[in-house]
Amino acid sequence: MAAIVVDGLRKSYGNTKAVQGVSFSVTEGECLALLGPNGAGKTTTLEILEGFSKRDAGDVQVLGVDPQHGDRAWRENVGIVLQGTAADPYLTVRETLLRTAGFYANPRDVDEVIERVGLAEKRDSRIAKLSGGQKRRLDVAYGIVGNPKLLFLDEPTTGFDPSARRGAWDLVSDLRGLGTTILLTTHYMDEAQALADHIVVIGAGKVVGQGTPDDLGGRDVAALQIRFRLPAGVDPASLPVDVALDQHGYCELTTTDDARVLHTLTGWSLDHNIPLEGLVAARPSLEDTYLALVRGDQADEDESAETVGATR
Amino acid sequence: MSDVALITTQLRYEQKSYWRNPAAAFFTFAFPLVLFFILVATAGSQHDNDLGGVKLAQYYTPSILSFAVMSACFLNIAMNLVRQREDGVLKRMRGTPLPAWALIGGIIGSAVVIAALLSLVTIVFAVTVYGVSLPASHVLPVIVTIALAAFVFCALGVAVSSLIPNVDSGPAIINLPFFIMVFISGTYFPISGGLATVAAWLPLRPFIVALYYHGFNPLTAHGSGWAPHQLESLAIWGIVATFVAVRTFRWVPRRS
Repeated sequence: MAAIVVDGLRKSYGNTKAVQGVSFSVTEGECLALLGPNGAGKTTTLEILEGFSKRDAGDVQVLGVDPQHGDRAWRENVGIVLQGTAADPYLTVRETLLRTAGFYANPRDVDEVIERVGLAEKRDSRIAKLSGGQKRRLDVAYGIVGNPKLLFLDEPTTGFDPSARRGAWDLVSDLRGLGTTILLTTHYMDEAQALADHIVVIGAGKVVGQGTPDDLGGRDVAALQIRFRLPAGVDPASLPVDVALDQHGYCELTTTDDARVLHTLTGWSLDHNIPLEGLVAARPSLEDTYLALVRGDQADEDESAETVGATR
Repeated sequence: MSDVALITTQLRYEQKSYWRNPAAAFFTFAFPLVLFFILVATAGSQHDNDLGGVKLAQYYTPSILSFAVMSACFLNIAMNLVRQREDGVLKRMRGTPLPAWALIGGIIGSAVVIAALLSLVTIVFAVTVYGVSLPASHVLPVIVTIALAAFVFCALGVAVSSLIPNVDSGPAIINLPFFIMVFISGTYFPISGGLATVAAWLPLRPFIVALYYHGFNPLTAHGSGWAPHQLESLAIWGIVATFVAVRTFRWVPRRS
């Protein structure tokens, strides 16, 4: 069953077309990462799904309800972690979460939540005295304390140190393990790789790519890129395969016949006792793929801009 | 949680936050009391000819009561709502099952608690320390008048909060109508004539007139204590302000 269905979503602010026909869906119990550069329309899309903004066109269903008409019962099941901390600075961590838990019919245990997000030592500190990272943890606690079925996480680990990020990832994985559906936005590809079942890439208000972290943009079937360096004095022409040389003197080639080419290369290396220094064989990383998708989109925009200029 | 419990819980947290914010607590709670002590200490024992020879302390008690209620309700709610909206607290609350009425109810309830406390402290001091008198039959009319005015200034506070674009401009926009009303309505000294006629159209003057001329004024001690015309003016202000407040209320800051 789909927890979220978005079909042909459009939204403009004045003359700015923030979202121009976005469609995707999130299956119940999965974690979907919404990726895209700043200004691509991620937050606008999220705000519509969260019931904060009205859309101009398109269909949106969140837990079977149009968020524009989301009532109290619907809010019970939707947890939201917004960008930027917003809490009464004069209340303590525990007071803030107790107060919030009181809004829900079946909240989580407040002390467990505090423990889980790693704020146990700051339990009785006022919000004004927390560091940036601690406030962000409070935001996450705020989003999950109501025990939601669906959780929106808008850049949840921005400003975290690496160990805090790992902690946050563990928490998100645990929630997913408990059956919580999660819609995540992030600028970190490793975060999407670690957490997401599916990825949707948005560029300039449109979906420019979607898939799993492993097959996004066809990167699982993309040509293998092989790179290595020959010892000084060895002529690349003596290799059994054709290579190009980059400016650092590395040999590069791409192939779709992975096993045969690697076998030929390594066999040649052993037979002639010549090492393939710094050998790397890899497909495009998630980040490479993401950047290609987003850049391709920008290139389209530039082309259309040029066309307009030419007809003038 | 029942609806009543929900609203009282919000009120409790608003109160906690209020008393932990020294600037807000000073400006809306201590300031009216300081003003009261200064006015009464400097001129309270003088007898005023405009008032028919009545001791000024008798006048300053209701005038400061009105100032205190306006400060606790109007100033407090307007500033609190602007701060919470600009900080994104209102938006975040909007994303939870907390009903809007419980949130606003808690904020208004908290302001009313502060107004009631201030009124009580002012009256107790006036009666026990400064020898101000109030006929027993006027106690109920005074309480009803204060309650109605509190409602008016709460509604005005909510309505004004929507006009304020950001926290920085808040004090300027809120204090301007506040102090203009305070000066022309006779808070610092008894007024009469043209100024009083103009001020009568605003909500503060009817409040002061009802409290003093029908309540604390020893020359009308034999009267009923009720001020029907003034209460009517206040009620109209309350209805209009509530209408505007509901129509213009915003959960998120204006997009710049």
